[in-house]
Amino acid sequence: MTDLTNPLLLAVILINFFTLGSARLGACIRVVSVQGALLALLPLTTHGFSFHSILLTTGAFCLKGVFIPWLLFRAIREVRIRRELEPTIGFVPTMILGALTTAGAFLFADFLPLISEHHEGLFVPTALATMFAGFLLLVSRRKAITQVLGYLMLENGIFVIGVLLSDALPLMVEAGVLLDLLVAVFVMGIVMNHISREFSTINTERLSALKE
Amino acid sequence: MIALLVALPLVAAGCSFIIPWHQARSWLLPAVSAVHLLLSTLFALGYLPSEGTWIGLDALSSLVLVVTSLLFFGCALYAVGYLDLHPERGNKVMVPCLLIFLGAMSLAVTARHLGLLWIAVEATTIASAPLIYFNRNRLTIEATWKYLLICSVGIALAMLGLLFVAYSALGSGVPVSLQFDKLLSQATTLSKPWLHTGFVFMLVGFGTKMGLAPLHTWKPDAYGEAPGLVGALLAGGLTSVAFLAILRGVQLMTAAGDGALARQELLGMGILSLLVAAVFMVGQPDIKRLLAYSSVEHMGLLAIGVSIGGLATFGAMLHLVNNALTKGGLFLAAGNIQRAFASKHLSEVRGALSVLPVSGTLFLAGFLAITGSPPFGPFMSEFTILRGIFGSDRLVVGLLVLLLLATVFIGMGATVLAATQGEASEATPGFRDSPLLCISPLCFMLLILLIGVYIPEPMQNALHQAAALLEVQP
Repeated sequence: MTDLTNPLLLAVILINFFTLGSARLGACIRVVSVQGALLALLPLTTHGFSFHSILLTTGAFCLKGVFIPWLLFRAIREVRIRRELEPTIGFVPTMILGALTTAGAFLFADFLPLISEHHEGLFVPTALATMFAGFLLLVSRRKAITQVLGYLMLENGIFVIGVLLSDALPLMVEAGVLLDLLVAVFVMGIVMNHISREFSTINTERLSALKE
Repeated sequence: MIALLVALPLVAAGCSFIIPWHQARSWLLPAVSAVHLLLSTLFALGYLPSEGTWIGLDALSSLVLVVTSLLFFGCALYAVGYLDLHPERGNKVMVPCLLIFLGAMSLAVTARHLGLLWIAVEATTIASAPLIYFNRNRLTIEATWKYLLICSVGIALAMLGLLFVAYSALGSGVPVSLQFDKLLSQATTLSKPWLHTGFVFMLVGFGTKMGLAPLHTWKPDAYGEAPGLVGALLAGGLTSVAFLAILRGVQLMTAAGDGALARQELLGMGILSLLVAAVFMVGQPDIKRLLAYSSVEHMGLLAIGVSIGGLATFGAMLHLVNNALTKGGLFLAAGNIQRAFASKHLSEVRGALSVLPVSGTLFLAGFLAITGSPPFGPFMSEFTILRGIFGSDRLVVGLLVLLLLATVFIGMGATVLAATQGEASEATPGFRDSPLLCISPLCFMLLILLIGVYIPEPMQNALHQAAALLEVQP
């Protein structure tokens, strides 16, 4: 099973790039959900089959891979948008930034005082790269829904680190974390809906009345 | 037993969905929070057993628990009057969300497992977002979106911090656990670099929630646009809860022998918060944004107090109580003023004292209290913090803090005096002070006055014990 871990993590990194470079919202939601689904398999491939890892995998798969994407698709149907146009930073520059941060993540992970079992794997660099990509998405896109996707990617990155440490987190805590994520996205979806009704757009650029 | 504190508000929140009457739903708030306050006091005073592996109380959390519970009770009473003013908006969202918010705060305060703490703090973010959005207009939606996104991302970083803390325990050979007491007992064996990184991320994450500069950007918007009672709960309750989460990190770092480093970081953010608050408070024409920046300032003071240690830590604990109650009074009074003038901008708010004698006076008194004028409680706590700073020979820090406090006083005074004194602006509407909307801020201010003059023995002990927890060396 462990042989599967690294290809999984590589696929996750590739998905980061796809999301950074794509202008189609539907495709972005789909690949982020694929990313979530792939990550959900990690507990199985690293810790083998146990009650804990099977439950964690099932929970994460259902939420990250199925339910949250469904919520997001429903949200974009309701506000009728298809494309992410005019990002604040262009698609090519964000891709280049993404490549740089990914390279940085790999370099940086080499310097970290990891315990010996974690020196080889791609876990830490993948987690860092995914978090950076999520951040990039958050700050460089104008649509509220892409910002939610950025937040999800950030959480995906943290999930990767979490898998390394799932011994430290009891199942109840992990379930709570996933539930929080779900409710957060749900509430964000509602707010997004209200934004589109008030402003007839979900460009967060319009949200600029409050400032000093 | 102690799980009651969490379960009670959550069950009540469930009930409030079912209750079909507007009035009954509103009154559920003070009823539940009165029981909650009674229970928290009993737990804090040790009349009921409060130990546990998952949730339990120590001196620090008892303090925060009683303060938030008291604040919530006052706000709940106010909420009844407030919700009556807006029958058209209903209370079907407000009441359950407030109760869930109380439950989540109680869980965050009592959590003995860092993972549970994280879940609870994130839950407070989600439960309070609909509260900020209560007024349903463009400005509130903008504030809600910023709050939701910035705090969620912040809290996600805190999660990373917690995972790093867990990672620091990986090398030591014992089973890894984020149970706080276990972590404390094995603190000296934790891997230093990971623990440091973990603390920094915890500081950034929970600091976002607490509103320490430069992570405070959501605060003026959210506090400015939310209803007064929600502002009071956020500024007095939630910030204290987030501060408690940071203090857990400080405890851990101190137990691992790296307290000095943690304190340095806190000091930096504290000073920066004071600086940012002072800059934005001078000439601030919006009375609620003014209060938001005042909240940033006082979070800075708390951070500075803890970072100096010794007497200043005791001052910070006292200030936590004072800040929560004074902010409660100020936000509730400001809410009344905003309603009477249908504005919170200085261009339209004039002569609040003549239009609303009670709320205006309370607002003015609250201003004097929060800026540290005697004989109110915050004077005592700020004075103690300053004495602690000068006593530990941090002359530069002390002078800087004094200078910034003076600036804040002048800046805040200019706005508050202009709003309360002088001729009332011509738009004098029908809204008048009503008992239900004035009793809570009045009681908060009286309590603050009492604390300023005399601190009862049990409270003194509780504060000392809480401060002592932060100083435990390995």
